[in-house]
Amino acid sequence: MKKAVETIQLNHGSGGKLMHELIDKLFLGYLGKVAENKGDSAVLNLPAAQLAFTTDSYVVDPIFFPGGNIGKLAVCGTVNDLAVAGAKPLWLSAGFIIEEGFPMSDLEDIVKSMAEEAKAAGVIIVTGDTKVVEKGKADKLFINTAGIGNLRDGNTDISTGKRIKPGDVVIINGTVGDHSIAVLGARQSYGFSTALHSDCASLNGLIIQVLNQEDIHFMRDATRGGLATVLCEMSREQNIGIEIKENDIPVKEEVKGICELLGFDPLYLANEGKVVLVVDKDAAPVIVKELQKHPLGKESRIIGEITKDHQGDVVLNTSIGGRRLIKMLSGEQLPRIC
Amino acid sequence: MKFIDEYRDASLIGKIAQNIQTSTRSDYTFMEVCGGHTMAIHRFGLRDLLPGNIHLLSGPGCPVCVTARNFIDKAVAIAQMENTILATFGDLIRVPGSHSTLERERSKGRQIKTVFSPLDAVEMAHQNPDKTIVFLGIGFETTAPGTAIAIKMANRKNLGNFMALSAHKLMKPAMQALIHKGIKIDGYLCPGHVSTITGSAMYSDFPEKYGVACVISGFEPVDMLQSIKMMVDQLEKKQPAVEIQYSRAVKPNGNEKALEALDEVFEPTDTEWRGFGVLPKSGLKIRQAYSIHDAENRLSIPEIKSLEDKACICGEILKGLKTPIDCNLFGTACTPENPVGACMVSSEGACAALYKYQK
Repeated sequence: MKKAVETIQLNHGSGGKLMHELIDKLFLGYLGKVAENKGDSAVLNLPAAQLAFTTDSYVVDPIFFPGGNIGKLAVCGTVNDLAVAGAKPLWLSAGFIIEEGFPMSDLEDIVKSMAEEAKAAGVIIVTGDTKVVEKGKADKLFINTAGIGNLRDGNTDISTGKRIKPGDVVIINGTVGDHSIAVLGARQSYGFSTALHSDCASLNGLIIQVLNQEDIHFMRDATRGGLATVLCEMSREQNIGIEIKENDIPVKEEVKGICELLGFDPLYLANEGKVVLVVDKDAAPVIVKELQKHPLGKESRIIGEITKDHQGDVVLNTSIGGRRLIKMLSGEQLPRIC
Repeated sequence: MKFIDEYRDASLIGKIAQNIQTSTRSDYTFMEVCGGHTMAIHRFGLRDLLPGNIHLLSGPGCPVCVTARNFIDKAVAIAQMENTILATFGDLIRVPGSHSTLERERSKGRQIKTVFSPLDAVEMAHQNPDKTIVFLGIGFETTAPGTAIAIKMANRKNLGNFMALSAHKLMKPAMQALIHKGIKIDGYLCPGHVSTITGSAMYSDFPEKYGVACVISGFEPVDMLQSIKMMVDQLEKKQPAVEIQYSRAVKPNGNEKALEALDEVFEPTDTEWRGFGVLPKSGLKIRQAYSIHDAENRLSIPEIKSLEDKACICGEILKGLKTPIDCNLFGTACTPENPVGACMVSSEGACAALYKYQK
């Protein structure tokens, strides 16, 4: 008889022997050195008076896509939320909700890439949880990660946007829309395949490299809702005007093409490795150069500026010389992209 | 991007705009009757490039917007039937019916699936032999051949569980109705995709009988400005005609294969348009030979008295009599998140386009 494929059973979440086996073999096997404490809480030594704390749940469909999987995403997504707040990411938690019957080998691949990504980003997964639900009650696998980072002095205002001022310029570290299109291509139902890879990556290395040397007024990662949403949030929250040049926004040819076919706007597509920075105009050229030295920032460029005019509105200067507003996305452009 | 960038070349666009500026001597109103054109006008900010005496008006070009509320009510009734999967293009999901939307029905657990092609619905019928699959056929001559091909394919494969509920419409009767209602239209920016199927001959009445300029236009900024320039030239020379600007896609005879399939599966019928009422021979009904795939024929859909929202002026907007900013609900009670009328739901609707891109 052919050996049956090992899958997750309800029992794996029951708290009994099977669950301990799963934790010991798989989770601790990979995340081991970093998650040795099996007690109910991780015990941490605080490095600073001010910490950044964030959480995010990952439900991407499909769970494996070119350039990553749900596990890698769950690590770098949360690492990035800390990094853009100006914090040094230190510890993560990881909660798994697994559908009964999920292949063990897939879970292993996912946990393995979480371990790899955590190592690369220099964070430790210190606590976790596993639940198994009946077949059909969840779609394969959902992961929640929360993260704590050390917020250094002087960086506490970065995530608030209070320091953005007219005349500042807006920078992005590379092409937009890669993640969304790579995930869509991996979904059978869209009927296209692409060589594109998700930009899914931990940005803390890139950010720290710049932050160590230069003054950043504001940062946010352009995930769900894309670049357009970050710009709209900025203009609305700080009541400032933003002017963006369509021609300066880096978009890969493949992404442009698929957007034309499917009627998407690349500015609204999700990214998982893109940060929007607002900096002083005079410092901008040096900052762009510094970003470009890092592998994740090679295509960094200035895409627009903060204005005194049209407060609360983002204006796009179109490639043909027209002007239009960029607004918050209404409704869902694409579901379950992260 | 090759084959796109050429049509978005800023310096060429500047030249055409300049040309339009110098050659326009009177006031002209041009109407686009394709949702794709409506979106392109807003997306690229084309109005900024035109002189003040050229007015652009959005007509009944968005398939979702012209679909009568009663159709949504019927679709909701079908979705509530046992053992039935409703397959639809995504745009329809959020359009308000009299009492519900397909989105609301889906959240109650009704089987409503978004498809990109009617052929996906045929495949669904093949995969679910014990279920009834109903595809919601909406749109003009552009999408109707797809439904026709799907029906033919289901018929060939003996998939009696595949049906279509047709609200397909023909473009010309609506364009004609607008002229008959006396709306001032000097030129029609004729729909590019509809015309790839129909060809150009069907527009000949407009210049010949009514003196209306007609140019079949592509969807890129260069296309649309060039088409506007062609209409201005026709009118300035007082020689209105039908011209094809979008010649890389549209042939005078159209797509003969698609027209054949259309004619084989559908016949013209009187149908209701939102804002227009019933227009004679303006809709497409599934022919007797394919009635096994006609949901109207196969399913007992209850008679529904549909309710319109009285404050919504979608109907007037579709006729070009009013613009979205004339509507008291625009941007307040009616937004894309919470639409009252169909023009705010569809991404191609005049209200949604203005809301999304307005300055």
